[in-house]
Amino acid sequence: MLKRALAIITLIIIGYWLAQGLAGVPFGEDKMLVGQYYLDNVKEQTGAVNAVTAVVVNYRGFDTLGEVTVLFIASTGVGALLWRRKKQRTAKTEGSIVLTTGTRLLVPFVMLFGAYIFIHGHLTPGGGFPGGATIATAFLLLYMAFTAYEIPHKAFEKTEGAVGMAYVLVGLIGLAIGGYFLYDWIWQDWGFGVDNVGRLLSGGFIPIIYTIIGLKVGTELSGIIDNMLKEEVSE
Amino acid sequence: MISVYYFGAISLILIGLYAVLVKKNLLKMLIGLSIMETGVNLLLVSVGYVAGRSAPILSEGIGPNQAVDPIPQALVLTAIVIGVATTAMALSVAMILHEKYGTLNVEEIRRLRG
Repeated sequence: MLKRALAIITLIIIGYWLAQGLAGVPFGEDKMLVGQYYLDNVKEQTGAVNAVTAVVVNYRGFDTLGEVTVLFIASTGVGALLWRRKKQRTAKTEGSIVLTTGTRLLVPFVMLFGAYIFIHGHLTPGGGFPGGATIATAFLLLYMAFTAYEIPHKAFEKTEGAVGMAYVLVGLIGLAIGGYFLYDWIWQDWGFGVDNVGRLLSGGFIPIIYTIIGLKVGTELSGIIDNMLKEEVSE
Repeated sequence: MISVYYFGAISLILIGLYAVLVKKNLLKMLIGLSIMETGVNLLLVSVGYVAGRSAPILSEGIGPNQAVDPIPQALVLTAIVIGVATTAMALSVAMILHEKYGTLNVEEIRRLRG
Protein backbone atom coordinates (compact mmCIF):
# COMPACT_ATOMS: atom_id res chain seq x y z
CA MET A 1 0.00 0.00 0.00
CA LEU A 2 2.80 2.37 0.94
CA LYS A 3 4.60 1.48 -2.24
CA ARG A 4 1.54 2.30 -4.30
CA ALA A 5 1.07 5.66 -2.57
CA LEU A 6 4.72 6.53 -3.10
CA ALA A 7 4.42 5.58 -6.77
CA ILE A 8 1.37 7.81 -7.22
CA ILE A 9 3.13 10.74 -5.53
CA THR A 10 6.15 10.24 -7.81
CA LEU A 11 3.86 10.10 -10.83
CA ILE A 12 2.11 13.34 -9.84
CA ILE A 13 5.47 15.09 -9.44
CA ILE A 14 6.75 13.81 -12.79
CA GLY A 15 3.46 14.63 -14.51
CA TYR A 16 3.44 18.17 -13.14
CA TRP A 17 7.04 18.62 -14.20
CA LEU A 18 6.37 17.35 -17.73
CA ALA A 19 3.28 19.54 -18.06
CA GLN A 20 5.27 22.57 -16.86
CA GLY A 21 7.96 21.86 -19.43
CA LEU A 22 5.49 21.38 -22.25
CA ALA A 23 3.53 24.52 -21.38
CA GLY A 24 6.50 26.40 -22.85
CA VAL A 25 6.19 24.44 -26.11
CA PRO A 26 2.83 25.56 -27.49
CA PHE A 27 0.96 22.97 -29.53
CA GLY A 28 0.49 23.39 -33.25
CA GLU A 29 2.73 26.41 -33.75
CA ASP A 30 5.48 26.63 -36.30
CA LYS A 31 8.73 25.74 -34.56
CA MET A 32 10.69 24.47 -37.56
CA LEU A 33 14.34 25.38 -37.76
CA VAL A 34 15.98 22.60 -39.75
CA GLY A 35 12.74 21.02 -40.94
CA GLN A 36 11.90 23.93 -43.20
CA TYR A 37 15.26 23.59 -44.96
CA TYR A 38 14.59 19.90 -45.59
CA LEU A 39 11.09 20.66 -46.89
CA ASP A 40 12.33 23.40 -49.21
CA ASN A 41 15.12 21.36 -50.71
CA VAL A 42 13.95 17.78 -50.53
CA LYS A 43 12.79 17.48 -54.14
CA GLU A 44 15.89 19.03 -55.70
CA GLN A 45 18.39 17.33 -53.43
CA THR A 46 17.02 13.82 -53.11
CA GLY A 47 14.22 13.36 -55.65
CA ALA A 48 11.92 12.02 -52.95
CA VAL A 49 8.39 13.31 -52.48
CA ASN A 50 8.07 11.96 -48.95
CA ALA A 51 10.23 14.21 -46.77
CA VAL A 52 10.33 11.72 -43.88
CA THR A 53 12.00 9.03 -45.97
CA ALA A 54 14.40 11.60 -47.38
CA VAL A 55 15.44 12.52 -43.84
CA VAL A 56 15.72 8.89 -42.75
CA VAL A 57 17.59 7.52 -45.76
CA ASN A 58 19.35 10.48 -47.33
CA TYR A 59 20.09 13.21 -44.83
CA ARG A 60 20.49 10.81 -41.91
CA GLY A 61 21.34 7.63 -43.79
CA PHE A 62 24.22 6.82 -41.50
CA ASP A 63 21.87 6.80 -38.50
CA THR A 64 19.65 4.36 -40.33
CA LEU A 65 22.62 2.07 -40.87
CA GLY A 66 23.16 2.19 -37.10
CA GLU A 67 19.48 1.46 -36.55
CA VAL A 68 19.63 -1.59 -38.80
CA THR A 69 22.70 -2.68 -36.85
CA VAL A 70 20.79 -2.30 -33.56
CA LEU A 71 18.03 -4.50 -34.96
CA PHE A 72 20.58 -7.04 -36.14
CA ILE A 73 22.24 -7.11 -32.71
CA ALA A 74 18.85 -7.51 -31.04
CA SER A 75 17.91 -10.45 -33.25
CA THR A 76 21.33 -12.01 -32.67
CA GLY A 77 20.86 -11.41 -28.93
CA VAL A 78 17.47 -13.11 -28.93
CA GLY A 79 19.00 -16.01 -30.81
CA ALA A 80 21.88 -16.23 -28.33
CA LEU A 81 19.62 -16.01 -25.27
CA LEU A 82 17.20 -18.64 -26.49
CA TRP A 83 19.81 -20.94 -27.94
CA ARG A 84 19.60 -24.57 -26.97
CA ARG A 85 21.02 -27.75 -28.30
CA LYS A 86 17.65 -29.37 -28.81
CA LYS A 87 15.11 -26.92 -30.11
CA GLN A 88 11.85 -27.84 -31.66
CA ARG A 89 8.45 -26.47 -32.23
CA THR A 90 6.03 -27.83 -29.68
CA ALA A 91 2.75 -26.62 -31.12
CA LYS A 92 0.20 -29.26 -30.26
CA THR A 93 -2.71 -28.50 -32.54
CA GLU A 94 -3.01 -27.44 -36.12
CA GLY A 95 -4.86 -24.21 -36.72
CA SER A 96 -8.56 -24.37 -37.45
CA ILE A 97 -9.73 -24.79 -41.05
CA VAL A 98 -10.52 -21.07 -41.25
CA LEU A 99 -7.01 -20.13 -40.17
CA THR A 100 -5.21 -22.60 -42.42
CA THR A 101 -7.27 -21.82 -45.52
CA GLY A 102 -7.09 -18.11 -44.86
CA THR A 103 -3.33 -18.32 -44.38
CA ARG A 104 -2.86 -20.23 -47.62
CA LEU A 105 -4.82 -17.59 -49.48
CA LEU A 106 -3.44 -14.52 -47.76
CA VAL A 107 0.29 -15.13 -47.31
CA PRO A 108 1.33 -14.18 -50.88
CA PHE A 109 -0.76 -11.03 -50.69
CA VAL A 110 0.60 -10.04 -47.29
CA MET A 111 4.13 -10.41 -48.66
CA LEU A 112 3.19 -8.47 -51.78
CA PHE A 113 1.79 -5.69 -49.63
CA GLY A 114 5.00 -5.58 -47.58
CA ALA A 115 7.02 -5.31 -50.78
CA TYR A 116 4.68 -2.57 -52.00
CA ILE A 117 5.24 -0.62 -48.78
CA PHE A 118 9.01 -0.68 -49.00
CA ILE A 119 9.32 -0.13 -52.75
CA HIS A 120 7.04 2.92 -52.57
CA GLY A 121 8.84 4.32 -49.53
CA HIS A 122 9.81 7.56 -51.28
CA LEU A 123 6.24 8.26 -52.37
CA THR A 124 3.84 7.13 -49.69
CA PRO A 125 3.92 6.79 -45.91
CA GLY A 126 5.88 3.74 -44.91
CA GLY A 127 9.23 2.39 -45.92
CA GLY A 128 11.63 -0.39 -45.14
CA PHE A 129 10.79 -0.91 -41.50
CA PRO A 130 6.98 -1.20 -41.73
CA GLY A 131 7.32 -3.16 -44.97
CA GLY A 132 9.70 -5.61 -43.34
CA ALA A 133 7.42 -5.95 -40.33
CA THR A 134 4.50 -6.71 -42.68
CA ILE A 135 6.53 -9.47 -44.33
CA ALA A 136 7.35 -10.88 -40.89
CA THR A 137 3.62 -11.02 -40.09
CA ALA A 138 3.19 -13.34 -43.10
CA PHE A 139 5.65 -15.76 -41.51
CA LEU A 140 3.93 -15.36 -38.15
CA LEU A 141 0.67 -16.37 -39.86
CA LEU A 142 2.35 -19.47 -41.29
CA TYR A 143 3.72 -20.35 -37.85
CA MET A 144 0.33 -19.97 -36.24
CA ALA A 145 -1.52 -21.99 -38.83
CA PHE A 146 0.76 -24.98 -39.38
CA THR A 147 2.39 -27.05 -36.65
CA ALA A 148 5.28 -28.25 -38.76
CA TYR A 149 6.17 -25.04 -40.55
CA GLU A 150 9.76 -23.80 -40.31
CA ILE A 151 11.25 -20.80 -42.03
CA PRO A 152 13.98 -21.72 -44.53
CA HIS A 153 16.86 -21.02 -42.14
CA LYS A 154 19.77 -21.34 -44.55
CA ALA A 155 18.23 -18.98 -47.10
CA PHE A 156 17.22 -16.50 -44.42
CA GLU A 157 20.68 -16.31 -42.86
CA LYS A 158 22.26 -15.83 -46.26
CA THR A 159 19.77 -13.12 -47.25
CA GLU A 160 20.28 -11.32 -43.96
CA GLY A 161 24.03 -11.23 -44.34
CA ALA A 162 23.91 -10.31 -48.02
CA VAL A 163 21.51 -7.37 -47.62
CA GLY A 164 23.44 -6.12 -44.59
CA MET A 165 26.58 -6.02 -46.69
CA ALA A 166 24.67 -4.51 -49.61
CA TYR A 167 23.76 -1.46 -47.50
CA VAL A 168 27.41 -0.85 -46.62
CA LEU A 169 28.34 -1.51 -50.25
CA VAL A 170 25.89 1.14 -51.51
CA GLY A 171 27.45 3.55 -49.03
CA LEU A 172 30.95 2.65 -50.13
CA ILE A 173 30.12 3.13 -53.82
CA GLY A 174 28.93 6.59 -52.82
CA LEU A 175 32.21 7.13 -51.01
CA ALA A 176 34.15 6.14 -54.14
CA ILE A 177 32.10 8.31 -56.49
CA GLY A 178 31.14 11.35 -54.48
CA GLY A 179 33.63 11.53 -51.66
CA TYR A 180 31.45 10.72 -48.67
CA PHE A 181 29.71 7.70 -47.26
CA LEU A 182 26.17 7.07 -48.56
CA TYR A 183 26.49 9.69 -51.31
CA ASP A 184 23.41 9.47 -53.51
CA TRP A 185 25.19 9.06 -56.84
CA ILE A 186 22.08 7.84 -58.68
CA TRP A 187 20.35 11.17 -58.11
CA GLN A 188 23.26 13.61 -57.84
CA ASP A 189 25.48 12.37 -60.68
CA TRP A 190 23.23 10.45 -63.01
CA GLY A 191 20.15 12.55 -62.39
CA PHE A 192 18.08 9.39 -62.76
CA GLY A 193 14.37 10.21 -62.85
CA VAL A 194 14.72 13.99 -62.74
CA ASP A 195 11.63 14.58 -64.86
CA ASN A 196 9.86 11.73 -63.10
CA VAL A 197 9.64 13.03 -59.53
CA GLY A 198 6.56 11.70 -57.80
CA ARG A 199 6.50 8.47 -59.79
CA LEU A 200 7.93 5.07 -58.97
CA LEU A 201 11.21 5.35 -60.91
CA SER A 202 12.65 8.32 -59.08
CA GLY A 203 14.01 9.07 -55.67
CA GLY A 204 17.68 8.32 -56.26
CA PHE A 205 18.85 5.37 -54.20
CA ILE A 206 16.01 5.56 -51.66
CA PRO A 207 14.04 2.64 -53.21
CA ILE A 208 17.22 0.54 -53.32
CA ILE A 209 18.13 1.27 -49.70
CA TYR A 210 14.57 0.70 -48.59
CA THR A 211 14.38 -2.63 -50.40
CA ILE A 212 17.56 -3.63 -48.59
CA ILE A 213 16.18 -2.47 -45.24
CA GLY A 214 12.84 -4.15 -45.88
CA LEU A 215 14.45 -7.51 -46.63
CA LYS A 216 16.73 -7.20 -43.62
CA VAL A 217 13.97 -6.24 -41.20
CA GLY A 218 11.68 -8.94 -42.61
CA THR A 219 14.25 -11.70 -42.21
CA GLU A 220 15.35 -10.51 -38.78
CA LEU A 221 11.87 -10.20 -37.31
CA SER A 222 10.98 -13.62 -38.77
CA GLY A 223 14.10 -14.97 -37.06
CA ILE A 224 13.00 -13.43 -33.75
CA ILE A 225 9.54 -15.00 -34.15
CA ASP A 226 11.16 -18.35 -34.95
CA ASN A 227 13.39 -18.16 -31.87
CA MET A 228 10.57 -17.21 -29.54
CA LEU A 229 8.15 -19.88 -30.72
CA LYS A 230 10.57 -22.74 -30.25
CA GLU A 231 10.96 -24.54 -27.00
CA GLU A 232 13.46 -26.87 -25.53
CA VAL A 233 12.42 -30.49 -25.79
CA SER A 234 13.69 -33.02 -23.33
CA GLU A 235 14.91 -36.30 -24.68
CA MET B 1 -3.13 25.91 -20.81
CA ILE B 2 -1.74 22.57 -21.84
CA SER B 3 -3.02 21.01 -25.05
CA VAL B 4 -5.15 17.89 -24.96
CA TYR B 5 -2.63 16.04 -27.15
CA TYR B 6 0.18 16.71 -24.71
CA PHE B 7 -2.16 15.70 -21.91
CA GLY B 8 -2.85 12.36 -23.61
CA ALA B 9 0.82 11.68 -24.21
CA ILE B 10 1.76 12.57 -20.62
CA SER B 11 -1.04 10.36 -19.28
CA LEU B 12 0.23 7.42 -21.34
CA ILE B 13 3.76 7.97 -20.03
CA LEU B 14 2.48 8.11 -16.45
CA ILE B 15 0.28 5.01 -16.84
CA GLY B 16 3.28 3.10 -18.18
CA LEU B 17 5.51 4.40 -15.40
CA TYR B 18 2.92 3.35 -12.79
CA ALA B 19 2.93 -0.19 -14.16
CA VAL B 20 6.73 -0.30 -14.13
CA LEU B 21 6.88 0.99 -10.53
CA VAL B 22 4.07 -0.98 -8.93
CA LYS B 23 3.44 -4.24 -10.80
CA LYS B 24 5.30 -7.33 -9.74
CA ASN B 25 4.81 -9.51 -12.80
CA LEU B 26 7.64 -9.05 -15.28
CA LEU B 27 5.32 -9.25 -18.30
CA LYS B 28 3.10 -6.52 -16.88
CA MET B 29 6.15 -4.35 -16.34
CA LEU B 30 7.16 -4.88 -19.97
CA ILE B 31 3.65 -3.95 -21.08
CA GLY B 32 4.00 -0.79 -19.00
CA LEU B 33 7.30 -0.06 -20.69
CA SER B 34 5.62 -0.42 -24.10
CA ILE B 35 2.80 1.94 -23.08
CA MET B 36 5.39 4.45 -21.89
CA GLU B 37 7.18 4.18 -25.21
CA THR B 38 3.95 4.84 -27.07
CA GLY B 39 3.41 7.94 -24.95
CA VAL B 40 6.89 9.25 -25.69
CA ASN B 41 6.44 8.66 -29.43
CA LEU B 42 3.08 10.41 -29.38
CA LEU B 43 4.63 13.35 -27.53
CA LEU B 44 7.42 13.67 -30.10
CA VAL B 45 5.03 13.55 -33.04
CA SER B 46 2.70 16.10 -31.45
CA VAL B 47 5.62 18.46 -30.77
CA GLY B 48 6.31 18.47 -34.52
CA TYR B 49 2.71 19.27 -35.46
CA VAL B 50 1.96 22.61 -37.10
CA ALA B 51 -1.66 23.73 -37.09
CA GLY B 52 -3.47 23.50 -40.42
CA ARG B 53 -0.69 21.72 -42.27
CA SER B 54 -0.59 18.36 -43.98
CA ALA B 55 1.70 15.32 -43.81
CA PRO B 56 5.19 15.99 -45.21
CA ILE B 57 4.56 14.30 -48.55
CA LEU B 58 5.00 16.96 -51.20
CA SER B 59 2.40 15.89 -53.71
CA GLU B 60 -0.11 18.02 -55.58
CA GLY B 61 -1.30 20.99 -53.60
CA ILE B 62 1.13 20.48 -50.74
CA GLY B 63 4.18 22.67 -51.05
CA PRO B 64 7.03 23.11 -48.59
CA ASN B 65 4.92 25.64 -46.70
CA GLN B 66 1.92 23.37 -46.23
CA ALA B 67 3.71 20.46 -44.57
CA VAL B 68 4.54 19.70 -40.94
CA ASP B 69 8.04 19.21 -39.61
CA PRO B 70 9.44 15.90 -40.95
CA ILE B 71 12.22 15.54 -38.38
CA PRO B 72 10.16 14.39 -35.34
CA GLN B 73 8.43 11.85 -37.55
CA ALA B 74 11.76 10.49 -38.77
CA LEU B 75 12.98 10.35 -35.17
CA VAL B 76 9.88 8.45 -34.08
CA LEU B 77 10.37 5.99 -36.94
CA THR B 78 13.80 5.25 -35.49
CA ALA B 79 12.47 5.09 -31.93
CA ILE B 80 9.77 2.57 -32.84
CA VAL B 81 12.31 0.20 -34.37
CA ILE B 82 14.62 0.46 -31.38
CA GLY B 83 11.58 -0.12 -29.15
CA VAL B 84 10.74 -3.34 -30.99
CA ALA B 85 14.34 -4.50 -30.61
CA THR B 86 14.46 -3.81 -26.85
CA THR B 87 11.05 -5.42 -26.31
CA ALA B 88 12.17 -8.56 -28.12
CA MET B 89 15.34 -8.72 -26.02
CA ALA B 90 13.43 -8.15 -22.77
CA LEU B 91 10.85 -10.80 -23.65
CA SER B 92 13.53 -13.39 -24.33
CA VAL B 93 15.21 -12.54 -21.01
CA ALA B 94 11.81 -12.99 -19.33
CA MET B 95 11.45 -16.39 -21.02
CA ILE B 96 14.81 -17.51 -19.64
CA LEU B 97 13.95 -16.20 -16.16
CA HIS B 98 10.71 -18.13 -16.22
CA GLU B 99 12.56 -21.27 -17.22
CA LYS B 100 15.13 -20.88 -14.45
CA TYR B 101 12.90 -19.78 -11.58
CA GLY B 102 9.46 -20.99 -12.62
CA THR B 103 7.94 -17.60 -11.89
CA LEU B 104 7.76 -14.11 -13.35
CA ASN B 105 7.26 -12.34 -10.01
CA VAL B 106 10.20 -9.96 -9.64
CA GLU B 107 10.23 -10.16 -5.85
CA GLU B 108 10.51 -13.92 -5.83
CA ILE B 109 13.24 -13.84 -8.45
CA ARG B 110 15.13 -11.34 -6.30
CA ARG B 111 14.66 -13.44 -3.15
CA LEU B 112 15.92 -16.62 -4.76
CA ARG B 113 19.10 -14.85 -5.79
CA GLY B 114 19.70 -13.65 -2.23
